[in-house]
Amino acid sequence: MERVRALFFARYRDLVGASEIELEIPEYREGQPFTVVDLIRHIRSRGEPFSELPPDATVAVNRHVAGADQPVRPGDEVAFLPPVAGG
Amino acid sequence: MIPDAPGSADATASYTARVTDEPIDPARVMARVGSAGDGAVLLFLGTVRNHADGRAVTGLRYEAYLPMAREVLEQLAREAAGRLGSGGVAAVHRVGALDVGEVSVALAVSSPHRAEAFEVARTFMDDLKVRLPVWKRERYVDGSESWVDGSAISPSSGPDSGGG
Repeated sequence: MERVRALFFARYRDLVGASEIELEIPEYREGQPFTVVDLIRHIRSRGEPFSELPPDATVAVNRHVAGADQPVRPGDEVAFLPPVAGG
Repeated sequence: MIPDAPGSADATASYTARVTDEPIDPARVMARVGSAGDGAVLLFLGTVRNHADGRAVTGLRYEAYLPMAREVLEQLAREAAGRLGSGGVAAVHRVGALDVGEVSVALAVSSPHRAEAFEVARTFMDDLKVRLPVWKRERYVDGSESWVDGSAISPSSGPDSGGG
């Protein structure tokens, strides 16, 4: 197993109770990418409180908003972003 | 002879963007735009108001995913500069604890004529609202606090989408 750094902001940080965790993900295999949607499923399967993260949460991979089928690789920085309210 | 101004010599608008935890000085933001070729300078300030949904608000706390917020704010400014063609864009967003009346965001736009400055400023702020990874927590008179409902974040339209 390999790891990614998972970050949580605002409501999601309050929900999870941490701003950052190390998360184990399966080793990268060509042709069998571990995607953003897999990541969300994976983290929600840890049970409370992670299971309260929305299944359609917006995730940024390495500081760019990612689509559901974007691959997540070991060493990536993944951030769970609740709806934004800047300005 | 019109002297060269930085960023205006090749008909490319200049841009700067900054995220800060210190009070914003609007005059300094405005001073970052405007050159001899510009006939309009526009300054927009977002400020903390004392009410939200009928509740009295005493202040706000802005939280950011800082490295990404810096990149996105710069990208927004770059796109705005690309739309302008010539002129300048300067944007600053504040994070941390703010009192009522304080400036949370400042945007200065200069351009040869006013129409494009107004249009670019409006688009910039509309895009900021749905793309900048920043969250707002309101503090109420009774001492309670809550996260403000936001907008689902939109992906950037790409690193080289200056023309929009």
